Amino acid sequence: MKRYAVLWLLLLAFVLPGVAQDWIRTGTGVGGEKIRIAVPEFKVSADDGQAAALDKTFNDVLFSDLSAAGIFDVVSRSFYPLGAIGGPTDVRLDTWAAPPPKAAMIAFGNVASTSGNLQVQGWLFDVKNAQGPQILAKQYRETATDDNARLIAHRFADEIIFRLGGGIAGIAESKLYFISNRSGNKEIWGMDYDGAGQHQITHLRSISLSPRVSPDGTRIAFSSYFKGGPNIMMWSLDLNRLVKFPEFGGTNLSPAWSSDGSRIAFSSSRSGDPEIYVSDQNGNNLKRLTVYHGPDVSPAWNPKTNGQIAWISGRTGLPQLYVMDSDGTNSQRITDQGYAVSPAWSPNGQLLAFAWIRHYGPGSPGNSDIYVLDVASHQWIQLTHDGGRNDFPSWSPDGRHIVYQSTRSGTEQIWSMLADGSQQTQLTFTGSNSQPNWSWK
Amino acid sequence: MTVSPASSDSLALEDKVNRSWLKWTLLVLALTAALAVGGCKKKAAPPAPPAAPPPPQPKATLSVNPESIQRGQSATLTWSTQDATSISIDGIGTVQASGSQSVSPTASTNYHLTAQGPGGSADATARLTVTEPPPPPKAAAPPEPSEEELFAANMKDIYFDYDKYDLRPGDQAAVDTDAAFLKAHPSIKFTIEGHCDERGSTDYNLALGDNRANAARDALVRAGVSASQIKVISYGKEKPFCTESNESCWQQNRRDHFVYGR
Repeated sequence: MKRYAVLWLLLLAFVLPGVAQDWIRTGTGVGGEKIRIAVPEFKVSADDGQAAALDKTFNDVLFSDLSAAGIFDVVSRSFYPLGAIGGPTDVRLDTWAAPPPKAAMIAFGNVASTSGNLQVQGWLFDVKNAQGPQILAKQYRETATDDNARLIAHRFADEIIFRLGGGIAGIAESKLYFISNRSGNKEIWGMDYDGAGQHQITHLRSISLSPRVSPDGTRIAFSSYFKGGPNIMMWSLDLNRLVKFPEFGGTNLSPAWSSDGSRIAFSSSRSGDPEIYVSDQNGNNLKRLTVYHGPDVSPAWNPKTNGQIAWISGRTGLPQLYVMDSDGTNSQRITDQGYAVSPAWSPNGQLLAFAWIRHYGPGSPGNSDIYVLDVASHQWIQLTHDGGRNDFPSWSPDGRHIVYQSTRSGTEQIWSMLADGSQQTQLTFTGSNSQPNWSWK
Repeated sequence: MTVSPASSDSLALEDKVNRSWLKWTLLVLALTAALAVGGCKKKAAPPAPPAAPPPPQPKATLSVNPESIQRGQSATLTWSTQDATSISIDGIGTVQASGSQSVSPTASTNYHLTAQGPGGSADATARLTVTEPPPPPKAAAPPEPSEEELFAANMKDIYFDYDKYDLRPGDQAAVDTDAAFLKAHPSIKFTIEGHCDERGSTDYNLALGDNRANAARDALVRAGVSASQIKVISYGKEKPFCTESNESCWQQNRRDHFVYGR
């Protein structure tokens, strides 16, 4: 019966593309009505010699952050009325409401660099509300560095997104953790959500895999051959070194934090067969959840409730997606064909992103793509279509973005996209980069 | 005084005395005749013949060079004598009064020389030590292969089908020969590495490699190998043996690799 239901839905998807997209739009909050926002360049209001460069960085980053947010239709600057804008008195709302810009919102302001201090004033105006247009008026002050120009732009963008995006915090200051081999070994690296500031975190000179940052952002759990194993290891970002975590024996991999940071699920073959285990955040109070013979890996907690864990099992042959309660009971199989791996649960607890070779055949399997599946209905949608092997999706904290790895450019790199599959953007370009993980805020 | 050779040996001492008396008698008669004819002059009496000195004692020396040889080698005996007419060396026989000779006895020998002459006899000895030659060096035996070399020569890796971790029927023979070798060398400790091909996901392949390594471990233990010899590790697709994207290379990578040591 389930099979027929899926067939009907597929048929509907073919016939009524709009219908099939609705649930993902509502589920992710992207792809629907986008707000037209204008973002003219901020004028330089004081210059000690550094202002021009800082102003450029600020303008570029603000424009990118708002474009990437997933809720805006950022009006192209070629449509803007002429005349530099530095403050409210420079803005003639009627020129912004009229075509060609037809903006609903406008963000503007000025950048000042004086005696090595950077100060930014920014406003968000409702173009259609001439009587009381001001939504935001912010002032930021930091030492005058390029990094701070970038940081202030991120902060202002997040304020706008929060205000206009239904109360969901923006992701402009969020971070990505991933594996890169560009130092000669697979190590953990970090970068801004937009690919800026890529830097090496671990220097273990071994093979390290599947990094997962803790909800409070202070530690990274990962799997590494550093001490044989491989073992689950814990890196402290505060102390910039490894901190103690037990060695369980066997092959230990794919750690996953519960959203309250109190527990870690992972796969361990300490019993002679890889099974899903849960421990507390220090690796104590170990409890085994799965019992079937065959590889059980890649657990992912429902972050909204922490009451369910999705994972991958090869108990019937090729790996398939399963969900169980967090105590190991009520396991149910979700996928019934192909080769499914790497589940990632959306922040709102409704959707599972995963990598799927849906049409599998010996010798030359079909392509591995990122899919998003509605847990309640088991409806799914394919997000990547452009070839390459696509794997390891990870959701952004706002639930609107997915970061993943893809070989579509010829080498293994980190890409990000909106959760409806649009705006696919390459983030890394050097070496081989894989297994990205989005921070929790 | 030179001594004439052998002919004088046969003359008896008496004969010699008789012959000399006769000589003197004839001389006196000849002188008396001369006096009768001639005048009576005073003539000097002929000097009395000196008493014959006693013959000297013979002397003899004997030496050997070198004084120590290995069996099979030779040395030179050298001797000299004085005032001897009959010289002999034991084991050699009569020798000239002085000379040298090469000797190559098989055992240590004391050479003894006897020299006899009218004045008496003398002897001399020299010892030649004969030692056993050192035994010829034994031909070097070929070195024993090390345990690690035996392991590499005898242990057969096991290969797997795509996404599978169960042993193929054809692999049972490899398991049997591996088990036989390991049971015959119970002190060997080794590691089973589970590997996967490049396709598929990093994490899933790590678990699959673990299942592959444990499948071989379980098969060996069932065949009687002690579990304490075996360590298991999965490398998933992290340490491939080849990197081409074709079935031949993929099959190379889908394996359990046996490694000596832990």
